[in-house]
Amino acid sequence: MKRSIYVNTNGRLSRKDNTIYLESETYGKKPIPVNNIQEIFLFGEVDLNTKAINFLAQNNITLHVFNYYGYYTGSFYPREHLPSGFLLVKQVEKYKDNEERLKVAKEFINSASHNILKNVKYYSNRKEGLDEYVKKIEAERENIKDVKNINELMGIEGRIRNIYYSAFEIIIDGKYDFKNRTMNPPDNPINAMISFGNSMMYSSVLSEIYNTQLNPTISYLHEPGERRFSLSLDISEIFKPIIIDRIIFTLINQRMIREEHFDQDLSMCYLNDKGRLIFEKEFDEKLKTIIKHPKLNKSVSYKRLIRLECYKLIKHIIDEEEYEGLKMWW
Amino acid sequence: MDLITGTEINYYFVCKHKLWLFTHGINMEHNSDYVDIGKSLHENSFQREDKEILLDGRVKIDFIKNQLEIHETKKSKAIEEATKYQVLYYIYYLKMKGVDKVTGVIHYMDNHSKEEISLSEENENEIKEIIEEIYKIKLMNKPPTKVQSKICTKCSYYELCFS
Ligand code: SF4
Repeated sequence: MKRSIYVNTNGRLSRKDNTIYLESETYGKKPIPVNNIQEIFLFGEVDLNTKAINFLAQNNITLHVFNYYGYYTGSFYPREHLPSGFLLVKQVEKYKDNEERLKVAKEFINSASHNILKNVKYYSNRKEGLDEYVKKIEAERENIKDVKNINELMGIEGRIRNIYYSAFEIIIDGKYDFKNRTMNPPDNPINAMISFGNSMMYSSVLSEIYNTQLNPTISYLHEPGERRFSLSLDISEIFKPIIIDRIIFTLINQRMIREEHFDQDLSMCYLNDKGRLIFEKEFDEKLKTIIKHPKLNKSVSYKRLIRLECYKLIKHIIDEEEYEGLKMWW
Repeated sequence: MDLITGTEINYYFVCKHKLWLFTHGINMEHNSDYVDIGKSLHENSFQREDKEILLDGRVKIDFIKNQLEIHETKKSKAIEEATKYQVLYYIYYLKMKGVDKVTGVIHYMDNHSKEEISLSEENENEIKEIIEEIYKIKLMNKPPTKVQSKICTKCSYYELCFS
């Protein structure tokens, strides 16, 4: 599997011959083996020129840029390297047909909420008081199949998320004061981690989409254009509970992340350099985690599961198989 | 209609599902370094001064002996047949281009045997029919059924097909 590179130092990315080098004060000049990497996350302050960017594009590498606070700025998504005009047309058709669009969107929420529920249930075996949250989420999930439009679906999604977030307090033993999810900007450590994690998730999904014929701008649950690559938002919904939320629970419960890993600025809170490194490491490890895939009859990484999700969507779009989103089976 | 490529002839025999995906632009990333033999053939336009052209590292066309060689390891009956018809298609194609009396040889590397191939009238009709069939598959709105055989685990579409 191709690797992800996380650049946390300040420095310069440059191309020399057939290699990309990262030059930094801390580590000197180090080559990055391009044939082996899928994406680069830039967190430090990094200079790069068109020569380097062209080279990344040639090697089909996506580049994700984050600002000083760890906020996602955007991605360099190179020219499509696996285009299929046929699939693009079909992907649009599925969006334009309301019923078809709703079908796919429902399956995203259905799978995402299944995975949310799985998390809450996992902790309800260990902690008191989560059963009522399980029941509430189950009740909301019941309604998914009956919704008539995307708005109603988004309503359910919002309510499930609220119930889920209020369960966080119990899951993390009230270690942090976490009442409401605020995004812009996050105002407490939990929100800071959710925001950061979700953008990591979004970027990783985007890199996977890039390696398929799917067009990242045409989405089903989110409105196309809500963010430029809105299909990435759609698919992220399924993986956020499996990857990001689990990371957050682990980091807090095992005291791997602590107050000192956050910086508080006026009304905003963000992971500092140290905190971000801890998160990144967990993230990278999580994506490398291997599990046995029952249908493929072989082991795949979590990261590969994202690609498989894209494949399933492709099969749906070409009318080969109805899309069935990933529901944690482990 | 587009020209049929050797790869398409090959996939027609191996798996029609694969053929459909391939012809609809649904490719797997870094599909090894499998260059489309048919495409290279067209691009090289059979310049006679090229005594030997090695296409895709697999097909050797030697114009002195008017022979086309493919080196192949035996994998399965289906793949063997696919290779044979791929060679027959090249011979047919060259004939259409006015390069006559080309023959082919498939060298099986695993047991050092070889198979000589020439285009009979019967083959020629078969090839024409196959081309028609391929056009039909290309026009299908969705893919034909999967072969679901043991070759699948080695196919680059395996994860797409069975995810
Ligand atoms: S995996 Fe099997 S069914 Fe799918 S395209 Fe390949 S050979 Fe055909």
